Amino acid sequence: MGAVFAAMLRRELALAWRGRTDVLLALSFFVVVVCLFPFGIGPEANQLRSIAPGVVWVTALLASLLALPRLFEHDLRDGTLEQLLLSPEPAVVWVLAKVAVHWLVTGVPVALFAPLLAGLYDLQPEVLPLLAGTLLLGTPTLTLIGAIGAALTLGVRSGAVLLALLVLPLAVPVLIFGAGAVEAALGGVSYAAHLALLGAGGFAAVALAPWACVAALRLAVQ
Amino acid sequence: MRGKNRGMDATPGRRQRWQQGIEARQRSPRSLWRFAAPQQFYPLAGRLAPWFAALAAVLAVAGLYLAFFVAPTDAQQGEVYRVIFLHVPAAWMSMFLYLVMAFWGIVGWVLNTRLSFMMAHALAPTGAIWCFIALWTGALWGRPTWGTYWVWDARLTSQLLLMFLYLGYLALTRAIEDPRRADRAGALLAIVGSINVPIIYFSVKWWNTLHQGASVSLTRAPSMATVMLVTMLVMAFAAWFYSIAVALWRVRTLILERERHTDWVAAELDRLAVKEKE
Repeated sequence: MGAVFAAMLRRELALAWRGRTDVLLALSFFVVVVCLFPFGIGPEANQLRSIAPGVVWVTALLASLLALPRLFEHDLRDGTLEQLLLSPEPAVVWVLAKVAVHWLVTGVPVALFAPLLAGLYDLQPEVLPLLAGTLLLGTPTLTLIGAIGAALTLGVRSGAVLLALLVLPLAVPVLIFGAGAVEAALGGVSYAAHLALLGAGGFAAVALAPWACVAALRLAVQ
Repeated sequence: MRGKNRGMDATPGRRQRWQQGIEARQRSPRSLWRFAAPQQFYPLAGRLAPWFAALAAVLAVAGLYLAFFVAPTDAQQGEVYRVIFLHVPAAWMSMFLYLVMAFWGIVGWVLNTRLSFMMAHALAPTGAIWCFIALWTGALWGRPTWGTYWVWDARLTSQLLLMFLYLGYLALTRAIEDPRRADRAGALLAIVGSINVPIIYFSVKWWNTLHQGASVSLTRAPSMATVMLVTMLVMAFAAWFYSIAVALWRVRTLILERERHTDWVAAELDRLAVKEKE
């Protein structure tokens, strides 16, 4: 089982490395959209500071959504997915490996870039590590929920738009606790509960989402 | 390591025996299971639906009479509070129907019965409409009492998200062309969504209290006049029976659509066409 996980991890990492531009695409989307908000709202520093955590989190959510349709699409098109599902290895394991790599190449760069961009919003430097931390803690859940949506909409016409409609309402709790932790810290309140709930959500998603994802993938190839 | 649930090629013997057992029960003339077969359920639904519709109509008339002529004017809100008699049943039904949808989804996954998925399909539009009515009447009620159509109150927000979940279900099941996959994908989504509904509700509640304190609270005075409560319950039952009747009628059309290749549907369609001409 560990071998399957490791093999899938290596394969996905190699594929991600060969398609580096895809990774950069999601990241540049994140950067551009975050930079867009001040143009719509105005350069007033106080206002920007107060919306910064929310803007960064919402944009991270959208950036993670943007890359999701690619998660299973190539494997479906060249038949790999069908072979993987036919293999006697438990599908949950390699699905988890795929999701992990997807998070590594979309979630982690966004989390690492977020503090830099939040600097543009004049956010206090003290909370910047927290912002990155909440993103690191919350984006795995987003990717896991998104993976269910990606599997459900696999090969469906206008699947990408449909994916957004399916996933975004389910992602609201993550958004609330992620952005909420940073705002609590800004307000001088304890943010431990937010982080605990984000982590709990992450564990629940790791435990449950892969099963739903596998069920949806089986439907997609039948 | 050999996985237990390999699906496609896994233990065909057991899966087939399970399926055959259910099909045998569906065929046996005395078992209630026979109604799990679309062909048997179609006439039953046709017989039951008018009764539920009539019951809904009677209850709605009684409820509306109580609402407009018997229930007293509210001491604080005046006449406008009467929208509660539509608003609350609609909100209840919208949440309840989502759970019923998820329930039929689970039944369908476990027992592999097509009719269960059709029930889930048939319920979704009604649930979405109740959700919309709850939001709409809520906005109309909010304007005179709170001075605004919308506040980001926990209940309002989670109702809005429930609306999105309904729209997602409808969009997904309509976008997938293969009915088998559409059924199961929709059921999976409904199940995932129903796990998420309480999480969404509590997170939104917490978010709301953190943001702006309880500036507007929907919980009204603790003692509600008995007649108001009775009226609300009568309206709730009317809404319930209406939903059942509409779902039954919708499932009948779904059955005809899905089973159009069978002889009995061809005969039924001929009968309907003759009836149409007369």
